[in-house]
Amino acid sequence: MATLRDIRRKITSVKKTQQITKAMKMVAAAKLRRAQARITQIRPYAETLSAMLSNVASKVDHSLNKFLQERPVKNVAVIVVAADRGLCGSFNANVIRHAKNEIDKLVDEGKTVTLVTAGKKAFEFFSKRDYAIDHKLSGFFNHLAFEHALDISQYVQSQFVNGAYDQIVLIYTKAESAVKQHIMVEQLLPIKPQELDEEQGSFEYIFEPGPGVILDKLCPKSVNIRVWQAMAESYYGEEGARMMAMDNATENAQEMINNLTLHYNKARQAAITKEINEIVGGAEALK
Amino acid sequence: MSDLLLEIVTPTQKVFSGTVKSVVAPGSQGYFGILQRHAPLLSTLAIGEIRARVDDRDKKIFATSEGFLEVSSNKITIIAEAVEEANAIDVDRAEAARHRAEKRIAEGREKWDIARAQAALSRAINRLHVVGKN
Repeated sequence: MATLRDIRRKITSVKKTQQITKAMKMVAAAKLRRAQARITQIRPYAETLSAMLSNVASKVDHSLNKFLQERPVKNVAVIVVAADRGLCGSFNANVIRHAKNEIDKLVDEGKTVTLVTAGKKAFEFFSKRDYAIDHKLSGFFNHLAFEHALDISQYVQSQFVNGAYDQIVLIYTKAESAVKQHIMVEQLLPIKPQELDEEQGSFEYIFEPGPGVILDKLCPKSVNIRVWQAMAESYYGEEGARMMAMDNATENAQEMINNLTLHYNKARQAAITKEINEIVGGAEALK
Repeated sequence: MSDLLLEIVTPTQKVFSGTVKSVVAPGSQGYFGILQRHAPLLSTLAIGEIRARVDDRDKKIFATSEGFLEVSSNKITIIAEAVEEANAIDVDRAEAARHRAEKRIAEGREKWDIARAQAALSRAINRLHVVGKN
């Protein structure tokens, strides 16, 4: 049986761990709030942009613009957005597993797949497993800014335009709340405009200077903002997952402390009883 | 009479949302005005100022970067990377940005991206031009 001192030492150690997980939970909660504010800021802009784009795209010939043009798909680039850090439950595992399935499916269809990774964890996973990685961005989520999205977005756009990729798929985590998360698989390029409802579609628009010029300006912007949105959503999901994981860890630590305290008290009582018995036994023997 | 709704959206915030009487915006081919019941329109915007008449006395002026403007069924939507209301512009910051851009253009092509510096310069000049007009 563990001695009293052993148990006491263990309790202190678990308590210290609990302090750390509690602190991490608090930090994650603060970051989560900031991440959420960021998402709510981008959303109206992204939605308006995408509505405008769908609107123009529905009225012009898609061969006008290289971003809308569908071509036979041979080379696919997959952008995987994961986190830079661990300790966030199954967040990374989920998105990476999903991405891997998606990639293997594309490979089975006979396509050449290259990867673009955002986040250290995605890069670590795929670089160890013989996947071709064309471009990576790691260690930026802590100071996430629009420039990071631009970096990836402009890279894939140029590769798409010069013909190296025929299709670009974006895989990321979208969090509805801190607990409820989905893995999103979206086609980034060529751009697939949303279907318009009757009312919107029926207008005859005036385009200034012309639909072609407007599309040329809208398309890259739309791609940029979608990558940016994916990163922001993913970061929000990451911090949410981390907060949950740390909350669980804190609870588990508390449970462990309770159990250990129980053991400790039992052991202490047993020791006292034993001592009393010995004293009584000793006194008895002297009579 | 139906109202004319104006919405100005940037990636960081919704700058303005409300009913207006008329709007004048810097189209890439020149300024144009929009009144009620304007035909559906989609236009690119150049760097310049957006003037919105809220009512007979009150008007709002914004400095905008390049963006887009859409009109459909009495609703005007403007999206641009940066839009600021005239009285919210930070003069010192704009002044600093202008100096920085001018310096970069003077230092030349080897060190800086001239196209970007020029764009920054015209944005800064536009801000300084618009500031205090409200």
